Amino acid sequence: MPIPTRFFMSDRSHPLLHLRSIGKTFASGVTALQNVNLTVHDGDFLSLLGPSGCGKSTALRIVAGLSTPTSGIVDWRGAQLKQSDIGFVFQEPTLLPWASVFDNVWLPLRLRGVSRNQASVAIAEVLERVHLTGFENAVPRELSGGMKMRVSIARGLVTRPRILLMDEPFAALDEITRFKLNNDLLELWGERGFTVIFVTHSVFESVFLSNRITVMAAKPGRIFEDLAVDAPYPRTDGFRTSAIYSEICRTTSASLSRAMGVEVRDGVH
Amino acid sequence: MASIDIRPASMPIDAEEARRLRSARIEKTARWLLPIVIMCAAIVLWDRVCVWYEIPRYILPRPGVVLATLIADAPLLFSSLLVTLRITFLSLLLAVVGGVGLAVLFTQSRLIEMSLFPFAIVLQVTPIVAIFPLINIYVDDQTTKLLLCAWIVAFFPILSNTTLGLNSVDRNLIDYFRLNGASRWQTLWHLRLPAAMPYFLGGLKIAGGLALIGAVVAEFVAGSAGQSSGLASRIIEAGYRLNAPRLFAALILISATGIVIFLVLSLISHLVLRRWHESALKQET
Repeated sequence: MPIPTRFFMSDRSHPLLHLRSIGKTFASGVTALQNVNLTVHDGDFLSLLGPSGCGKSTALRIVAGLSTPTSGIVDWRGAQLKQSDIGFVFQEPTLLPWASVFDNVWLPLRLRGVSRNQASVAIAEVLERVHLTGFENAVPRELSGGMKMRVSIARGLVTRPRILLMDEPFAALDEITRFKLNNDLLELWGERGFTVIFVTHSVFESVFLSNRITVMAAKPGRIFEDLAVDAPYPRTDGFRTSAIYSEICRTTSASLSRAMGVEVRDGVH
Repeated sequence: MASIDIRPASMPIDAEEARRLRSARIEKTARWLLPIVIMCAAIVLWDRVCVWYEIPRYILPRPGVVLATLIADAPLLFSSLLVTLRITFLSLLLAVVGGVGLAVLFTQSRLIEMSLFPFAIVLQVTPIVAIFPLINIYVDDQTTKLLLCAWIVAFFPILSNTTLGLNSVDRNLIDYFRLNGASRWQTLWHLRLPAAMPYFLGGLKIAGGLALIGAVVAEFVAGSAGQSSGLASRIIEAGYRLNAPRLFAALILISATGIVIFLVLSLISHLVLRRWHESALKQET
């Protein structure tokens, strides 16, 4: 099947959301985020890259509305966003262990009052897209780690969200499975035209997937640098071995090291 | 790799695997055979002891006599068993309704849980025999008395297990429900209750046995009034009359009932959980 070319319909002139001077301090006194300013454009595949404790997951939870910022605002640019416009994929598959694959994917629709019958076409379609046709009646424990993650992604996409928030979704998977899911995710993104904010601590994964990488530093969590990934889509397995890929990985790694170096210096003082 | 080449085709598995298979087979048979053999041996020993020491039947009847009594007194004993069973199941039902209901109430508000949980503990730790005289004063109806008694004994494991289960839901799943704008009711119905199911069923297994104990104990304490006619009053009656065979027959009926209740609840638990919960999965060797 040829990959549809929607690539970079990403309308850079059309921001989807602004984070405006977001700060988050927990009751324990830990400052997770400090003065975070970030603009996400419609159709972006944005990676938040950084070491543990840099607040990238906290930033994602604030965008999702799961956490309230201590200061600053999340500005959706007046977009009339419904809850179904935000999809969320966790690090763990986070499925209902007692429910079948079908029922797990049905869940977000069910919570909005969509009946089983009404939902079945959309569910069948999204399961086909993540290569899980035929597994509708399996329960999560009968599936491999990669398949569970596919169910989780299908559940995130079944509401046709405008923005998909992913919190280190493939971190627990083996490399072969991760590569495969990376390819499939890019394909889906290319086809459906949603926006992605992807939290990761892997330089290689972020470069392969995104058109923009926001490198973050820790203690306190803040944005260190915003990098554009100037490589064309579609990106397939060939891209992983290309010269341009390794070049971008090198500059991104350097940026990340500098971000972590700042942290170490701060730590000494 | 040479060892693979020289292995004869008739023996596709190695010695270690063969040993493992054999011990698995032995264990499978022993699981049901051993208890039966030991039980039969114990009964034979009981019979022999009665003969060797010439123990009179009003002190320790021989197993054959107990069996004969069980058959001869069947109408009386089984109608009494029905009375005890009715109390047991009604109180178990009320324990489920009360235990799950309270647990759900507790998870709706931490404050309610903090306020009420100590009362549940007080009810649980105070011996029912000590509470009964009060119940006897305040409640007139015999059945209500017994029910109340058995309920107090049986409801706590269901309450505490279900509360634990309702609160042991994956944090991320709760976030996921919030993210999807789920109502309190939806979160309870689609998430918390199914997640609490293994815990609830564990509590139910304990409560089933406790409901029977509660029903029998209540009858014992109330039975001296001579109004009730459950198995416990048959035992008291037989004790007064030195009718040891009937006493033993009633005792055996009570134990058998307890075992059946446990097995039925275990089966229900297995059927409900077998597809998804670790506890119901076959152990991998």
